[in-house]
Amino acid sequence: MSVFDLAQQVRTKQRRAIDVANDTLAAIDARDNEINAFLHLDAETIRSQAERIDATVDAGGDPGRLAGVPVAIKDNLCQRGVPTTCASKILEGWKPPYDATVITKLTQAGAILVGKTNLDEFAMGSSTENSAFGATKNPIDPSRVPGGSSGGSAAAVGADYLPLSLGSDTGGSIRQPAAFCGVVGLKPTYGTVSRYGLIAFASSLDQVGPFARSVDDAGILFEVIAGHDPMDSTSLNAPAPDVMTTINDGVAGLRVGIVPELIDGTSDEVRDRVVAAQEALVAQGATLVELSAPELRLGLAAYYLIAPAEASSNLARYDGVRYGNRVDAPDVAAMMTATRTAGFGDEVKRRIMLGTYALSAGYYDAYYGQAQKVRTLIIETFARLYAQCDVLLGATTPTTAFEFGAKTADPMAMYYSDIFTIPSNLAGHPAMSVPFGVDGDGLPIGVQLLGPALSEPTLFRAAKILESEAGR
Amino acid sequence: MREARPLVASDVTNVASLARLSLSDAEVERFTGQLARILESAAEIAELDLGDVSPTAHPLALANVLREDDVRASLDRDEVLSQAPSVNDRRFSVPKIVGEAP
Repeated sequence: MSVFDLAQQVRTKQRRAIDVANDTLAAIDARDNEINAFLHLDAETIRSQAERIDATVDAGGDPGRLAGVPVAIKDNLCQRGVPTTCASKILEGWKPPYDATVITKLTQAGAILVGKTNLDEFAMGSSTENSAFGATKNPIDPSRVPGGSSGGSAAAVGADYLPLSLGSDTGGSIRQPAAFCGVVGLKPTYGTVSRYGLIAFASSLDQVGPFARSVDDAGILFEVIAGHDPMDSTSLNAPAPDVMTTINDGVAGLRVGIVPELIDGTSDEVRDRVVAAQEALVAQGATLVELSAPELRLGLAAYYLIAPAEASSNLARYDGVRYGNRVDAPDVAAMMTATRTAGFGDEVKRRIMLGTYALSAGYYDAYYGQAQKVRTLIIETFARLYAQCDVLLGATTPTTAFEFGAKTADPMAMYYSDIFTIPSNLAGHPAMSVPFGVDGDGLPIGVQLLGPALSEPTLFRAAKILESEAGR
Repeated sequence: MREARPLVASDVTNVASLARLSLSDAEVERFTGQLARILESAAEIAELDLGDVSPTAHPLALANVLREDDVRASLDRDEVLSQAPSVNDRRFSVPKIVGEAP
């Protein structure tokens, strides 16, 4: 059932929010010991939210656009009084004293906040294997990773526990797990969704976005969470894009750009599905534009300097003083070192050290400075491409979901799974992964739609066509 | 500006110390190899001639965001302090920062 229909049923008492809550809990209970999508879940809190929503309906009120719709939350979003860990031991047990703006918006829209989902520690990773609390398994094939970093949120929707979840995407952390778990995932335009209460990883790249079973559902959740927020100084002071009004308008006349840099290097099966997606859009009236953009290949190297540089600064705040855990020592410097050494996992330490190095005197120009210039090149490249096409279509990931342990020993191999998703983050542009068939093992394949800033309405139109053609 | 050069163990020990991380000898060896490989892939951009390209630090043209100087609710002090590792007299508490006078 669509999110629209579910909310409508709750609003008209055809279905009670408490029954939705109990069904969701039963679905999670049946399978999440195996999948491990949730780090925190409290049945009583879920039921009491549902009862409040039903009470609003009974009193003749409208709980909102997501009335009684269960939504899972990535555990790097602050929810007041609810444990928020970023899947890190350093924050284990911490309860934020405030709600992220997206949490407030979901509550105001009548959603049931179901719990906090697993991720790679501080959103650094592509498989959830970097979680301090154990990896999440892919619900399609539990011997494989769900992708990351928002693997728990992708798996919760992929396992059909609930229709919606929130993730965050710094270099592909929504789109890559969406592709691996067979769900829709959107990285919105930078600044359209508030980052207030999103625990920072790389502030110039991070963006909150939706996971959903369908394109329509993703559109509704995006509209609910988007919009200007005075609490986030990087929030765009403009109305959020309206995607639902035009979502069924089709792709007639749409110019779809194809660049080898967003396809080359994939497995044959992934490539075949990208070609099939091109054909599906053409069959509905779109035209293909063959372009080339070799600069996009530089994105991966630039990202792995910029993101760690920003992370090394953002994660300096975990010093055992104001929140989180502390390892005692006789003086403050030793306490901070002991706390951080015990509290952070290997990938987080790797990125902090890499970022510290890239920013250090003598190497700043060669690494961070050059990476910032490459970022300019990528923005200019996209501008050149979007002068000749409306959207770009490519692969979300080079392969389908890989097995546990396949890439843990070689960080560069893991990083490579973000090769196609990173450029949009560097430019601040929206991009979306849409399920488009499966490989020979039945593993989901995602195709990626990219567009310029604030092009979400166009991306959703194209995604809707792909969704309707995916099974053919 | 120093040339980008291969990373060695003393670089890792140095950045770990700057970042307030303590590493065992085995960790220094492992991280040196891993970080060196990551920086090798960064060499492709370190070597580019980008003299006339201006850097981008952020996707938006950022400007200071100001608001009226009026009183607003802030975080609840006791709630914040309840989440701190150590509190003394309604303040965050830390071990000593300055040593004894010699």
